[in-house]
Amino acid sequence: MEVATAPASKAFGAPGEPASARQVMARPSRFGDKAFEWLTCAMALTVVVLVILTGWELWIGSVGAIKKFGFHFLVTSTWDPVADQFGALPFIYGTLVSSLIALLIAVPLGIATAAYLTELAPLWIRQPLVSLIEMLAAIPSVILGLWGIFVMIPWLRDYPFAWLKRFFGWTPLFSGSIYGPCMLAGGIIIAVMILPIIVSVSREILRSVPDLQREAAYGLGATRWEATRIAVLSYAKKGLFGAVILGLGRALGETMAVTMVIGNTPQIVASLFQPGYTLASVLANEFTEATTDIYLQALFEIGLVLFGITILVNLLAQLLLRTISTTSATRAVQ
Amino acid sequence: MHLERAHNHNWRKIKSALASGIAFVSAVLVITPLGLVFFHLLINGASSVNWDFFTKLPAPVGAVGGGMVNAIVGSLELLAIAGVIGIPIGVLGGVYLAEYGSARLNSILRFLADVLNGVPSITWGVVVYGLVVLRFKGFSAYAGGLALGLIMIPLILRTTEEVVLLVPNGYREAALALGVSRWKTIVHIVMKTASRGIITGILLALARIGGETAPLLFTAFGNRFWNHSLSEPIAALPLQIFTYAISPYDDWHRQAWAGALVLVTGIFCVNVLVRILTRGRGAPVV
Repeated sequence: MEVATAPASKAFGAPGEPASARQVMARPSRFGDKAFEWLTCAMALTVVVLVILTGWELWIGSVGAIKKFGFHFLVTSTWDPVADQFGALPFIYGTLVSSLIALLIAVPLGIATAAYLTELAPLWIRQPLVSLIEMLAAIPSVILGLWGIFVMIPWLRDYPFAWLKRFFGWTPLFSGSIYGPCMLAGGIIIAVMILPIIVSVSREILRSVPDLQREAAYGLGATRWEATRIAVLSYAKKGLFGAVILGLGRALGETMAVTMVIGNTPQIVASLFQPGYTLASVLANEFTEATTDIYLQALFEIGLVLFGITILVNLLAQLLLRTISTTSATRAVQ
Repeated sequence: MHLERAHNHNWRKIKSALASGIAFVSAVLVITPLGLVFFHLLINGASSVNWDFFTKLPAPVGAVGGGMVNAIVGSLELLAIAGVIGIPIGVLGGVYLAEYGSARLNSILRFLADVLNGVPSITWGVVVYGLVVLRFKGFSAYAGGLALGLIMIPLILRTTEEVVLLVPNGYREAALALGVSRWKTIVHIVMKTASRGIITGILLALARIGGETAPLLFTAFGNRFWNHSLSEPIAALPLQIFTYAISPYDDWHRQAWAGALVLVTGIFCVNVLVRILTRGRGAPVV
């Protein structure tokens, strides 16, 4: 040991005393390390705090309404702030129906676009298209709503809605008169809002499909579309389902654009030309108007329902996407 | 037999071309709203983006004219408050996920952050209303900034973690081998190396919350005048656009389009900046 420390101390220019050598080579204080680790750990744990805090705050805010209305809150459809009667069914119905319409439009379009971007499109067109879709994702909801009110709704009313009414007016879905703001318009604007996320997540999923799959299909003489359908899309089925569920989560919570075009009337009717209301838009419209305690508590409970539904849907989506990324990664390695 | 096979092959080729065509049309349909929104923002808003818009307060209800200077300044103030809350927590939390922690704890935290990113933004408005507005008896800039800051945390946490993980391990080993303590290695070597990527993540988060309206409705509330103290209600550009868009006045509609054009331009400038930052050297790191 003596032999080893002596040259070291010389190298540091210290006089050849063992004590000062030990000083120079002293281990740095551990305090800074510990403090930094605890600090960053506390910051990372805020995500746990946020989940608990949100659940707790919504629960505390709504406990009065939960006690008063109980389970009936979720299954009755009277929303009458004047008489202090609150039932959330029309909002739950509106949220589900508008999200369903959005998925019916956005899922086929989104997955076809993702397949185009990863499998079918010429290489030079792919990156510009991806950039454009990222730009679409960056448009704030309120601006899409503004466009929805003044451009989309008048156009929808004059052409597609009139056309739907002429040919499918005999079904309950497209019966009645056309006002403009309605459930169908809400669903369409949600579809525009969730398309970018469905496309970008589906694209990631399709890109993670190993090339071996494609090579095998082409080796058997498949055409481009056959290779896409058999080797890529069916292989990625589970992940694409995850992408759809993630899109559903966003659709359920979409607020501003929907509030501006859905008509904001709490009712349950079959016709999609009639105005509707969603959980998120009733919060946006009525929160500042809540004059009585029970009204405010009912709105907090709406928030709790919305939080609960979106947390569950997002958990499901993350689980689906996570199992996919690990299995496809391990398969790719093999 | 041979002819039949050739026939079949042709049909398969036609089908493939057809499928490509349908996929192409889908892609065009997806980006059509982007083009239309831009087109209408320009034709409806461009003529109203003038000197008055950037220098005047909103005109009294019903009167023509006025601008949105208070909303633009208010939005910047809210972004600053949100940044003070969201950036340090998000960045340091992301560093923890990348540098410390057990694999199990980290995967749970990562999972929760992803779930939080999917929670509707209006939920944060309700939570902050209960936490701050009810408790301190009033809407305020602090409440609005807090709601936006909470949205930033999981966003920045995840992007920071990703770019810090991209820093080669050799950098850490080299610093530690020179006797630099671990936290100084992380701050001066790892985070400095990843700074470009971290800043990119922060800018994207700011662009995202800059257009958020729902969490501000009952926290910042909006204000038609200058805000003199951060504990008073404050105007924000997206809020003002919403109020004007659903109002019955034509002159307000005109200003809503102008405000929307300014907001979108701001957000896109940030996105272009991010693109410039991340290009150049290939990866978002270094």
